[in-house]
Amino acid sequence: MTALPAAPPRRRLPLNWLGIVPFAAFALLFLILPTMNIVLGAFRNAAGEMTFDNVRGLFTPSILASYWISIKISVASSLLGCVIGFAMAAAVVLGGLPKWIRSPVLTFSGVASNFAGVPLAFAFMATIGPRGLLTLWLMDQFGINLRAEGFTILSFWGLTITYVFFQIPLMILIITPALDGLKREWKEAANILGATTPQYWRMVALPILFPSLLGTFALLFANAFGAVATAYALTGSSLSIVPILLFAQIRGDVLQDPHLGYALAFGMIVVTGIANGIYIWLRVRSERWLK
Amino acid sequence: MKRLFAWATLIFGMGYFILPLVGLTEFSLSMRRGEYSFDAYAAVLADPRFRETFSYSVVMALLTIVFGVLLVVPTAYWVRLKLPGLRPYVEFVTLLPLVIPAIVIVFGYIRLYNTSSWLPLTGSLTGTNLLLMFGYATLSLPYMYRAVDTGLRTIDVATLTEAAQSLGAGWVTILARVIMPNVLVAVLSGAFVTFAIVIGEFTLAALLNRPAFGPYLQLMGANRAYEPMALAVIAFGITWACMGLIQLVTRFSKHTKAAR
Repeated sequence: MTALPAAPPRRRLPLNWLGIVPFAAFALLFLILPTMNIVLGAFRNAAGEMTFDNVRGLFTPSILASYWISIKISVASSLLGCVIGFAMAAAVVLGGLPKWIRSPVLTFSGVASNFAGVPLAFAFMATIGPRGLLTLWLMDQFGINLRAEGFTILSFWGLTITYVFFQIPLMILIITPALDGLKREWKEAANILGATTPQYWRMVALPILFPSLLGTFALLFANAFGAVATAYALTGSSLSIVPILLFAQIRGDVLQDPHLGYALAFGMIVVTGIANGIYIWLRVRSERWLK
Repeated sequence: MKRLFAWATLIFGMGYFILPLVGLTEFSLSMRRGEYSFDAYAAVLADPRFRETFSYSVVMALLTIVFGVLLVVPTAYWVRLKLPGLRPYVEFVTLLPLVIPAIVIVFGYIRLYNTSSWLPLTGSLTGTNLLLMFGYATLSLPYMYRAVDTGLRTIDVATLTEAAQSLGAGWVTILARVIMPNVLVAVLSGAFVTFAIVIGEFTLAALLNRPAFGPYLQLMGANRAYEPMALAVIAFGITWACMGLIQLVTRFSKHTKAAR
């Protein structure tokens, strides 16, 4: 076969790239350019000159406090989501539960992770809100008045508990394949070498899962950090987390300086960008193990 | 012992999911004092604004799905067939909407396509609707692209293309009659996720000032007690139905897939 003379390559203009043009145009127009516009806007003043004033304007106590509470809520809800989601996924994959349970859990996770936004806020309002099911039940049965204990849904913990609802299922969806990738041979090999179960987890399983875990944490973080709808429906503008602040700014309610809005958005991109940069990097590393 | 622990974990976790849903349903049914009734649902369904906003969102979702499929399927196909070197980059771009918060993207739209810009999309109603659809397509891009690309991985794109070409098919025929039917299941699962996202989406529609279901929900939530709970139950039902359909479709596909 190789003896056949190859047909002389026809000289043609390479036109293959044409097929990607619609997609490239779409991504450019509706994803990259709008974002660039914001990033550049963060470094320009009203006259269009380069400036760092907008970004410097972020470093006021009230805006820093907004970022701080946003980051706190995102970290807390991601941590809780990671821990509970991991425990549930591990229970399903490794806990010796009947096989049929896996598929409903994964389906339910698919539903629940998409059940974010305004309806989710209502669900928690109806449960732990002032007249919610759980609030009333605790009151009737145990005489615990959540409000008197200092808990309201319009607070750090209220928002965190609500966010965890979509964080857990997301964790389950992402970490289940990673847990599936843990080979049985590793556990057996560890046992033969005399490792106890905690030792196996500490020295074999967790190091292997570590990139996935940390990576998923980063994704959950970004997910919570950018969420607007749930918080807005839950709290209106009473809890000033960054997305709410930006929402109000775009609506023209507060902050007279539009370029501060650019800077706020730019700050959000930086924070989620760092989180996801870590995610992508770790993802590549973890996929080396999970063939 | 281990199994007991596993059950306990699972039941605790499931309780976390189920309790708010129970609370939501209970609340939506208790509009009439002292007894359960569907009054809130009746009130919601009788509200003309519910029908308007809901049908608006459904139409937007369908348009977004059509646009997304037309954009993503040829691109994913072409990248797999001719430009495999570009795959990581295209994949990276499709994942960007997970990195950049939706509120930042729509902020960019408002600044970039305002009435005094080179492409004044927000100046007209059609333009704004179009912009909203593009925004939805952007939000669903990660899910759509991933679904289609996974679907393409299971078929031999190059051989199918050559076979079709040697039978005289052009690119449109290949895409519509050879590739599409083969990745239909993947496309459908992407479509259902898109539908679920668009139906309840709040940020984009609110900031572009379009009468979609999400902003209507929020408005009701700020002004009423029981009706928004009924709406949320409906929204949850829709999400659930979409996910159920994905499961159904993928399960169905396992039977039709030829042995390899």
